[in-house]
Amino acid sequence: MDKQYISDTDGQRTYIFTPGQLSKIEEVLTEDLLDVGVHSVTLIDMAGNIISTMDNGENKHDIYSLAALAAGNFGAVSTMAGLIGEEEFSLLFHKGKKENIHFSKVTDEFLLITIFGKEVSLGFLRLKVAEATEKLMSVLDPGS
Amino acid sequence: MAIINLKKKEVQAKIVYYGPGRGGKTTNLEYIYKKFRSRIQTEMVTIKTHGDRTLFFDFLPIEIGRIKGYDIRMQLYTVPGQVKYESTRRLVLRGVDGIVFVADSLAVRRKENVLSLKSLADNLASYKKSILEIPLVFQYNKRDLLDEGIPLLPVEWLEKDLNSKLKAPYFEVSALKGPNVVQTMKKIIIMTIDSLRKDLT
Repeated sequence: MDKQYISDTDGQRTYIFTPGQLSKIEEVLTEDLLDVGVHSVTLIDMAGNIISTMDNGENKHDIYSLAALAAGNFGAVSTMAGLIGEEEFSLLFHKGKKENIHFSKVTDEFLLITIFGKEVSLGFLRLKVAEATEKLMSVLDPGS
Repeated sequence: MAIINLKKKEVQAKIVYYGPGRGGKTTNLEYIYKKFRSRIQTEMVTIKTHGDRTLFFDFLPIEIGRIKGYDIRMQLYTVPGQVKYESTRRLVLRGVDGIVFVADSLAVRRKENVLSLKSLADNLASYKKSILEIPLVFQYNKRDLLDEGIPLLPVEWLEKDLNSKLKAPYFEVSALKGPNVVQTMKKIIIMTIDSLRKDLT
């Protein structure tokens, strides 16, 4: 198993990512998402920390603030789902005039944020995100 | 849930400022933001109500340099202090690595401090974390008001009410004017890094 998962005495978790894992994650984000035309893609944990972020070089966003807000947003929407008796909402998507954001849970601990424009349809993006998610799961949670 | 990136040699960890409403959590981050403006590359994120109260959280990422060859990036958050936002506070605490408890020194706020600390312990327990073991620093805020004749809780009382079992480090602070705001932040950063140190090989 490539991933080292550390749990210390107070139940605090630290995720340690090896260069091999990160290269694999970057390869998936690039080949499955950037290469089909998305503007940027970021893998974060549910605490709002960034594991990996890739972009097409044209769009520079404040990715740290985006990660913090995305994690908060995802948590808030999940709580909302619970309040109306849903386990979770399967589609989390914000549409803008030029840019759109799509959120997708990878495992219980990780979230994929994809920013894309008009060139990519939502249906195609969802398909590609689903494919990328499968591959990321095997890197993030090899035991699953 | 700290993240250690062995490829970029980078550590990210999350520190949350917790405490009762109107206690000065946001003021702490605003002071740090002003003080270290040149070292913070982004804007401070705040999600507030129209009445200028924190609705969800404030967020400030700060790069603090290199330790043991790793670039250390701390993500500072506040929670909303108002009692009704309990579920929001729990959300913000997800994955927390270190806590600053900002207690209000005003004499009339004694009960609110105790209730807020209890809620912190309960919310941490919901993530299977213990308040006895997580890196924690107390900050007794608004000490400057003593000079203006406003009744404040003596530090001994605050220590007895909040810190008699936890025995965490504490600072007497004026978040508005600045004394000990940076010292509080440095202390929690050191304690948080210490708790991760064994993973930084």
